[in-house]
Amino acid sequence: MQAVGKKNKVKENGIQFLFKYGAIALLIVIILYFSSISEAFLTYANFTDILRSISIVTLLALGVTFTLVVGGFDLSVGSTMSLSTVITASLMVWYEMPLWLVIILPILVGVLVGVLNSFLIVILGIPDLLATLSMMYIVAGFHRTYTEGYSIYNNMPLTAGGTAPGQLSEAFLWIGQGRMLGLPVPVWVMLGMVFIAYVVLHHTRWGRVLYMTGGNAEAATLSGVNTRKVKFAAYVISGVFASMAGILFTARVGSGQIDAGAPMLMEAVAAVFVGYSVLGAGKPNAIGTFFGAAVIGILLNGLTIMNLPYYAFDIIKGAVLVSALAVTYVYAKKRFSQTG
Amino acid sequence: MANPFLSMNSIRKSFGKVTALEDAKFHLEKGEVHALLGVNGAGKSTLMKILSGVYEQDDGEILIDGKLVNLRSPKAAKENGIYCVYQEVDTAIVPELSVAENIMLDTIATNNNLFISTSKLYKEASVALKQLQAENIPVQQPAFKLTLAEKQLVLIARALVSSAKIIIFDEPTAPLSLHESTKLFSVIEELKAQGVGCIFISHRLPEVFDISDRITVMRDGKLVDVFQTADVTAKEVIEAMLGTSYQQEQYRRNYTLGATLLDVKELSDGQKLKDLSFTVAEREIVGIVGLVGAGKTELAKALFGLESLQRGRVEILGKELKATHPRDAINAGMALIPEERRKEGLFVHESLQTNASFPNLRNFSKLLFMNKRAEKSFAKDIIKRLQIKTDDTETPLVHLSGGNQQKVVIGKWTSRDSILYLFDEPTKGVDIGAKADIFKLIRELAKSGKGCLYFSSEIQEALGIADRILVMYNGQIVKEFSRGDATQERILLYASGGKEE
Repeated sequence: MQAVGKKNKVKENGIQFLFKYGAIALLIVIILYFSSISEAFLTYANFTDILRSISIVTLLALGVTFTLVVGGFDLSVGSTMSLSTVITASLMVWYEMPLWLVIILPILVGVLVGVLNSFLIVILGIPDLLATLSMMYIVAGFHRTYTEGYSIYNNMPLTAGGTAPGQLSEAFLWIGQGRMLGLPVPVWVMLGMVFIAYVVLHHTRWGRVLYMTGGNAEAATLSGVNTRKVKFAAYVISGVFASMAGILFTARVGSGQIDAGAPMLMEAVAAVFVGYSVLGAGKPNAIGTFFGAAVIGILLNGLTIMNLPYYAFDIIKGAVLVSALAVTYVYAKKRFSQTG
Repeated sequence: MANPFLSMNSIRKSFGKVTALEDAKFHLEKGEVHALLGVNGAGKSTLMKILSGVYEQDDGEILIDGKLVNLRSPKAAKENGIYCVYQEVDTAIVPELSVAENIMLDTIATNNNLFISTSKLYKEASVALKQLQAENIPVQQPAFKLTLAEKQLVLIARALVSSAKIIIFDEPTAPLSLHESTKLFSVIEELKAQGVGCIFISHRLPEVFDISDRITVMRDGKLVDVFQTADVTAKEVIEAMLGTSYQQEQYRRNYTLGATLLDVKELSDGQKLKDLSFTVAEREIVGIVGLVGAGKTELAKALFGLESLQRGRVEILGKELKATHPRDAINAGMALIPEERRKEGLFVHESLQTNASFPNLRNFSKLLFMNKRAEKSFAKDIIKRLQIKTDDTETPLVHLSGGNQQKVVIGKWTSRDSILYLFDEPTKGVDIGAKADIFKLIRELAKSGKGCLYFSSEIQEALGIADRILVMYNGQIVKEFSRGDATQERILLYASGGKEE
């Protein structure tokens, strides 16, 4: 019996270690490995490249983080980003709107998706996964219908005949392609948003209310919190982050690609769950999410340098997500069994 | 006693750094009702979880009929004839299945037949229910239609059909009415006559003395003493549980009532509550006593804005309160200490300081930003004032005992200067030491000018704390007692629907 106890203890400590330092250890291993096989990897240029490449996913993931904090989930962020991408592009290419409207309108669309999600989840009581799964298809369908299945680019030919009047402006493209103080602009946007999310979640009253609503909605209600409003807000925030990601994507690529967000959903979700186990937070958190996005970004960058075909990337992303989930849930199981 | 039927020897178990059991012993004979007592944290539950295969001991041996057994899983425990009737019966019942299927669940799960004969199922289930004198429960009915007491019987029947030799009753009477408890005891007598060894865990001493043959007392993870029930007094048992001599508190306080704080007029919720009228004054503790199902929790929740009122008027300090959300009630100065502490009162995976500041976050933040230093100092302050046994404001509350958790639930409201405290069964699952502390706290609140409403089904406790007792039965207030003329017997009579001639 004593031997069994000891073995259990080793196992428990192992899980504890993985939970606290697993993500960081993984990051170090990846960096060491890739730097050992490629000289191009450990350079300033490559790292700003990586940061730029994760900026969009990080924005999406921050939205997912907020919904997870309140005990929900949002699968529709990828589609919302796609919708925002084509709307942003179309506002300039089709309708020649001024820059401020080009930024405001897609964000309002994000708010609208968030409101619809909240309506389904908070008011009607549909489970979050199912509601946002349905929403994901509806929004994806909308964005394809809106563009009639075509991507949007400068002076594109229109199905009604003739060519589109407008183009993406220089000022707009700067958001996605410009540089400021040695870093690409999208990186600044990302760092700013991570910082804001971090401060809101961990240092403000609102953050406390969000976490407590997710932790125990009943107790939060009895402490005077209107948990429905709080959940409502979280889905709206998620929609806003998704549409910001869409705007950034359009500016970066210089056109309104359809289905831009679909492949990002997986990466965003993986980033959040890797973030759970950064320094043993055990819950969704902004810094962890950024860190998770970085782990995935570095991994994909390294694999690209190694010439791994892009169609194999989903295997890697999926494996990262599953490992992060495994560590999180095995740890949670241990934690709960102790309190039994 | 040379060879007891079940013997657990030198059982040790620790969780991380916390030692839950240290050299624990427990012996049980066939056909015996053996009560297992101890304050919270004494190790009763851990010991029983080891016996029922939920936990594995770090060290020690378990023998049944003189043979060493290995209870590594609940399945292994069941194969050795050990069954547990959990306090929360719903966790063990499948609501959509019929009563018969629920009774035969273990048999269905373990036998290898692909097809199940419904008629055979019903027949065997009926036989088991008959043994428990519960033929009135229809076996075809889905289990969600049953009352709590009936679900309990289903669990006992489940143990019977699998020819259980040992049945653990974990606080079985906690959710039952008096009548239902009496019925359960006759079932236990019946099991005893059939040679089943029953382990009985309860916080209610009188019933322990009614039903048990022997009493084992545990303290700090160790066996303290084993008594023959017939040869021991309640006082001796309590002393063994507490480790020091314990005085049943006969506290009478002097107070002068202040202004009327709460005035409830003909309140009805259209469901359970009917025409309730009462008042609470400053410095007054009003007990609302009723058996389970009398509507106490419904009343507390209705006052707190969780359930909408159909009729009636609630006034706080003369101003009408129309609460549609707890926030309204809280802003009017109310605080609720809910019955289900872990489910409704706490964020158990959060720290003491996070819990303590939550009802009044504005007080602990500037503009939007949290002031963590102020939170910490408030947490330290309530630890000191409420004598919470921890010196760390940052460990998650799961690591505290029930009594200490309850103190956090009470303490967190003190930053708001709430004027009216609603306590819904605040001593449920709390050990005697912490109970005394909680009573002291309630008295201090009253002394400082607050009004307190004390909802309880423990008559003795209400008598000890309340200045005035309102008896509830079936959603109505049926009797009001002033402190002088309330006795346990009179209250019980009204609470169970009777009247004095």
